[in-house]
Amino acid sequence: MIGGLFVYNHKGEVLISRVYRDDIGRNAVDAFRVNVIHARQQVRSPVNMIARTSFFHVKRSNIWLCAVSKKNLNAALVFQFLYKMLEVMGSYFGKINEENIKNNFVLIYELLDELLDYGYPQNTDTGVLKTFITQQGVKSQTKEETTKITNQVTGQIAWRREGIKYRRNELFLDVVESVNLLMSPQGQVLSAHVSGRVLMKSYLSGMPECKFGINDKVIVESRRAADSSSAAGATKSGHIAIDDCQFHQCVKLSKFDTEHAISFIPPDGEFELMRYRNTKDISLPFRVIPLVREIGRTKMEVKVVVKSNFKPSLLAQKVEVRIPTPLNTSGVQVICMKGKARYKASDNAIVWKIKRMGGMKEWQLSAEIDLLNATDKAKKWTRPPISMNFEVPFAASGFKVRYLKVFESKLNYSDHDVIKWVRYIGKSGLYETRC
Amino acid sequence: ASVSESLGNIRPWLQKVTTQAKTTDSKYFTTTRKGEIFELKAELNSERKDKRKEAVKKVIASMTVGKDVSTLFPDVVNCMQADNLELKKLVYLYLMNYAKTQPDKAIMAVNTFVRDCEDPNPLIRALAVRTIGCIRVDEITAYLCDPLRKCLKDEDPYVRKTAAVCVAKLHDIDPLLVEEQGFLDALKELLADSNPMVVANAVAAITEISDSAQTDTAADMLCWSGQLINKLLTALNECTEWGQVFILDAVANYMPTENNEAQNMIERVSPRLAHANAAVVLSAVKVIMKLLEMLDPNSDFVLSTIKKLSAPLVTLLSSEPEIQYVALRNINLIVQKRPDILKQELKVFFVKYNDPIYVKLEKLDILIRLTSAANIANVLAELKEYATEVDVDFVRKAVRAIGRCAIKVESAAERCVSTLLDLIQTKVNYVVQEAIVVIKDIFRKYPNKYESVIGTLCENLDTLDEPEARASMIWIIGEYAERIDNADELLESFLEGFADEQTAVQLQLLTSVVKLFLKRPTDTQELVQQALSLATQEADNPDLRDRGYIYWRLLSTDPAAAKQVVLAEKPLISEETDLLEPNLLDELICHIGSLASVYHKPPAAFVDGRGGGQVAKATKGLPSRLAAEAGGAAAAAAGGGDFGAGTGAPGRPAVSVIPTQESLIGDLLDIDMSGGATAAAAMAAASASTNQQPVDLLGEGLDSLLGGPAPSATSPVPPSGASAAAGGSGADSLADIFGGLGGGVGGGLGGGGGFDPPMETWLPAQKGKGLQIEGRFLRRGPQLSMELRLRNNAMQQLNGFAVQFNKNSFGLAPAQPLAMNPLAPQQSVTTLLPLNTKGPVQKMDPLLTLQVAVKNNIDIFYFACLIPMYALFTEEGDMDKRVFLSTWKDIPPENETQFNLGSYAHDADTASTMLRSFNVFTIAKRSVESTDMLYQCVKLTNGILVLAELKIVPQTNAYTLSLKSRHVEIYPGVHEAYLAVLKG
Repeated sequence: MIGGLFVYNHKGEVLISRVYRDDIGRNAVDAFRVNVIHARQQVRSPVNMIARTSFFHVKRSNIWLCAVSKKNLNAALVFQFLYKMLEVMGSYFGKINEENIKNNFVLIYELLDELLDYGYPQNTDTGVLKTFITQQGVKSQTKEETTKITNQVTGQIAWRREGIKYRRNELFLDVVESVNLLMSPQGQVLSAHVSGRVLMKSYLSGMPECKFGINDKVIVESRRAADSSSAAGATKSGHIAIDDCQFHQCVKLSKFDTEHAISFIPPDGEFELMRYRNTKDISLPFRVIPLVREIGRTKMEVKVVVKSNFKPSLLAQKVEVRIPTPLNTSGVQVICMKGKARYKASDNAIVWKIKRMGGMKEWQLSAEIDLLNATDKAKKWTRPPISMNFEVPFAASGFKVRYLKVFESKLNYSDHDVIKWVRYIGKSGLYETRC
Repeated sequence: ASVSESLGNIRPWLQKVTTQAKTTDSKYFTTTRKGEIFELKAELNSERKDKRKEAVKKVIASMTVGKDVSTLFPDVVNCMQADNLELKKLVYLYLMNYAKTQPDKAIMAVNTFVRDCEDPNPLIRALAVRTIGCIRVDEITAYLCDPLRKCLKDEDPYVRKTAAVCVAKLHDIDPLLVEEQGFLDALKELLADSNPMVVANAVAAITEISDSAQTDTAADMLCWSGQLINKLLTALNECTEWGQVFILDAVANYMPTENNEAQNMIERVSPRLAHANAAVVLSAVKVIMKLLEMLDPNSDFVLSTIKKLSAPLVTLLSSEPEIQYVALRNINLIVQKRPDILKQELKVFFVKYNDPIYVKLEKLDILIRLTSAANIANVLAELKEYATEVDVDFVRKAVRAIGRCAIKVESAAERCVSTLLDLIQTKVNYVVQEAIVVIKDIFRKYPNKYESVIGTLCENLDTLDEPEARASMIWIIGEYAERIDNADELLESFLEGFADEQTAVQLQLLTSVVKLFLKRPTDTQELVQQALSLATQEADNPDLRDRGYIYWRLLSTDPAAAKQVVLAEKPLISEETDLLEPNLLDELICHIGSLASVYHKPPAAFVDGRGGGQVAKATKGLPSRLAAEAGGAAAAAAGGGDFGAGTGAPGRPAVSVIPTQESLIGDLLDIDMSGGATAAAAMAAASASTNQQPVDLLGEGLDSLLGGPAPSATSPVPPSGASAAAGGSGADSLADIFGGLGGGVGGGLGGGGGFDPPMETWLPAQKGKGLQIEGRFLRRGPQLSMELRLRNNAMQQLNGFAVQFNKNSFGLAPAQPLAMNPLAPQQSVTTLLPLNTKGPVQKMDPLLTLQVAVKNNIDIFYFACLIPMYALFTEEGDMDKRVFLSTWKDIPPENETQFNLGSYAHDADTASTMLRSFNVFTIAKRSVESTDMLYQCVKLTNGILVLAELKIVPQTNAYTLSLKSRHVEIYPGVHEAYLAVLKG
């Protein structure tokens, strides 16, 4: 398992160093700095072996987080743990940067003590950790309190404590989808997929049991098979075929496998209930049609048409089209029908921003690009794809929440008393069209 | 002095002000003044609690940035008694870091630990037991046992789960103590605990203990009953994500005994595929992949399970890039094992513009594996796109991939070739070079089909500056010399810079010129003479010189034969390239998700094994179908390669190095005994007689000729390492001849210096129907021989002896027939059988096994023995220092392995001399801080080079050996050899 954990700043100075195992010597800290952070050629793998010691690293802004081991350990687990550690630290003191880490180093050591024991990840749930590790130092607790804590840390439902009470029982569901597209210049879809997340904020009293229903074909059909008499009349349309989904650890996976039911006791506050992936019948919100013409050696003409492809009543926001330009661009003249377009020399791109765009519209941009006479022929421009950003108020996959029922048998509130909010957000992931 | 003193007085006050000003900890990082240790000491002993706490924080900050604050040990330990939990944690952190360097003072902390283990607060009890296990001081370990025993039975689950891990810590320090104190049993009991986290940690601890076990009891810890497995799988539902990983990884070691059981396990594990944690998903995939091996591959159940695996694997590709990388490395294995799983998912492996480079390269690899006639159009369009990207490595790989597509899908070969030609037109230097290398491969797969492109290739001759590309181009010119009008001019222009070329290019140039001459003898005579004289007279490289001489003699004695040899039809190269060796693949499948699957190397190659690693009983091999029980067991053993592998498989005979009689006979039946013997005799006679030397040289030349320009691997130009090996064998032939003579003249029994191992009994009399054979391997100068003592324990005379070897790793074969007179009853005769290394080669497992058949008038007898590695060290191990250095650097660092040899009385020079007599050449010697470093080199009979660094610490006389070679599998043998030599 993990033999040690180091945190460095961008210069390679050690901010945190915690060694869990005897086989990791003190020189390991330096080995990583010399061979990875200060390496002459950028390291091309997140896993590196240096002198029979394996180093796993993740970089966030200017901070290097590095786990070390000499064993044949579970590599996926190491990275998952590093992400989790970033998440935990983030929820304790916000942004992961050098200043915050230095300011909280005692806290981090305390957390590391709890997160890993002998290199084995233990409880990493922020909510639970916050019950007994705080930034103000450790609270002194009564005996009942500590037993409660230890039971929760190790317990069956480690993600929720008992005795939560709200005056108003409320829950928020956000379905956030990122739409990914790779399109050929001729408009052929090379690959498209939606990766969606269902984020939940729950403010519910007691230990509520929730049941969540979505319009996935498999789930709906198996439900129907279960009570075929009642639902016989329902139409088949409006169901989507999810390729794969993953759930927060609170969801009873065995129940999902056998009964296709998503049931769980939610953590308190905000969490990611499920993640899913869909590749079939995606309604692509936008289409980009590029036209690039090279006129001689020193001039290029670019024409880009953006079409919105959804109900006219809906409104897309934060629409942005990035049109890459060659490195030897000397000047750009842009004309666009709507929005603002500007050439950003630092990004080597024309950035076209449209604040709002209704459905079924078609707008165009044209630009003339002047080029410096390219002296070095080897440095050919490779025409990176045109990329797009946007936000639309619907789920591109057609994902729908059918119901979310709350049951709490011990306290006297029923499903009807819970106020529920559902919102759909479609965002661009990597939305690219080659040109 | 007075100023600094007064400053010192102000300082605490200043500190206080700043503390109030911004209540942060970052200030602790800024103390860099002199005298700070002294100040800290004062603060640590302060009356005030808050001041002490501040001081400890400063100490920890200094420790983090690597300053040595160990001198403060007693002062920090004094702060330990505090009832403040935060302070306690910091003190414990300090203790864990420095206790080892100050064992006598660490003892002071023991009482506090023991008391804390009894604290009413479970958090403090757990903290104490967690820390105490990390203090690796023998004196303390003894005090640990009682508190630990109590904590294992603590009423609080938080303490129990911490104690479970502590057992693993203690086992790492003192395995025997753990067993004596009965902690192993206590740990097993925790598997039945009511709390899921306790169970998960117990599983993790047990897995670790059995992995590094030195005794059977510890190793058996992982041998679980089906019932227990069942229970653990139930516990999965309640565990944290990490606990699920521990349990799944442990369950993967279990081998069900029935179809139903395996099926049931798969059903219960597969819900985990929907977990949000990628480690849980991959571990579940591992368990399922392993269990699938046991079931009927065509059953509906297996087919539906395979279907279930694909979506979760694809989903992993939408996670963070580092996880994607781990997933892709694993998918690469899974696709090789079961191509069906992802064959429909080609598109997800298309490279995105913003993917990190390591993700891009891996995706490309998998893309090629999934390519088939059905999807080639899509793939090719993608590859063409990639070939215009910016990253040089990626572009090269993309170009190479296009070539692989052509070789894999014949129907698309034409399109691939035209795509490559398009790319050559871009004139981007490295694209052109890479394209030429792959086009050469395409020619080798489809000879006489795409020669029309040669013209285009020739236009780019000037831009080629990489040896591989140059060599490929030259090969193409030579191969198609009759169709290239100006082939002679082209080769001539290359020949002008002959001396500056790398060896690979020189060899290729030589061969191509000879090919040209054989095809167009009239106008190229001058050219060939020039090339031959360059190779034979001006080159330093023996490899090149040898090849030059061979061609020369061949051409001058029998041009017709030369034509047959040089222009022989070459074998086509195979379709699938870069596949892992099946045994390795199976082993890696058992390690899905782990580091081994990321490196694509077995764990043994990068993990330092602990003393008794072989005792580990967990079955790590892939299981086989359950239909035949015994068959399954044997396969498990074969897959695992571990010595005691497979207690999970019942009824298996004890594994030994000697294979069963049946399999051996099967192997040897292919060879006609007497025929083989006469052939060997003929060969030996040939090599022993001096006046036939040219003939023999030619014979050997034929071999290297055939092996040189057209090896059966993908590349017609051997990489420099391999060519050195080929050259080595060429040079060997000469040495062999002289050596054979020398051996014949001076090779009496037991003569000369060197180390003679004791004889081992290879064939006991009861197995040999009265014939008893003892033997050993000897090396006298360059001559390797096998000394045999045959004893007739039977009642009748034995005669008609013959000996035959099976194919083996180093191609050992008898150089002459066994010279044995009839053996009277109770008579014993010792005879020396000279050996050579010209026999057929087949990799054996264990590597050094040699299977021998001995025939006499009664029967044929089979036995196996181990060749000692040092017998294979040749005289050619010496090399130049610089060559050594560059070779050392050339070998990837992950190939380096270290061995502890123990300690010996001899100093570096004696050791060097001792090793020298076994052909271990000391290239250089260096002394660093009174530690002697010997840099040594060994060359094996088959040309493998092993570089070694022998470190000798004079005070302790501890010898440490680091080995580096391209062939890591020979390390154990070399290690043994060193041990044997040093022990005398």
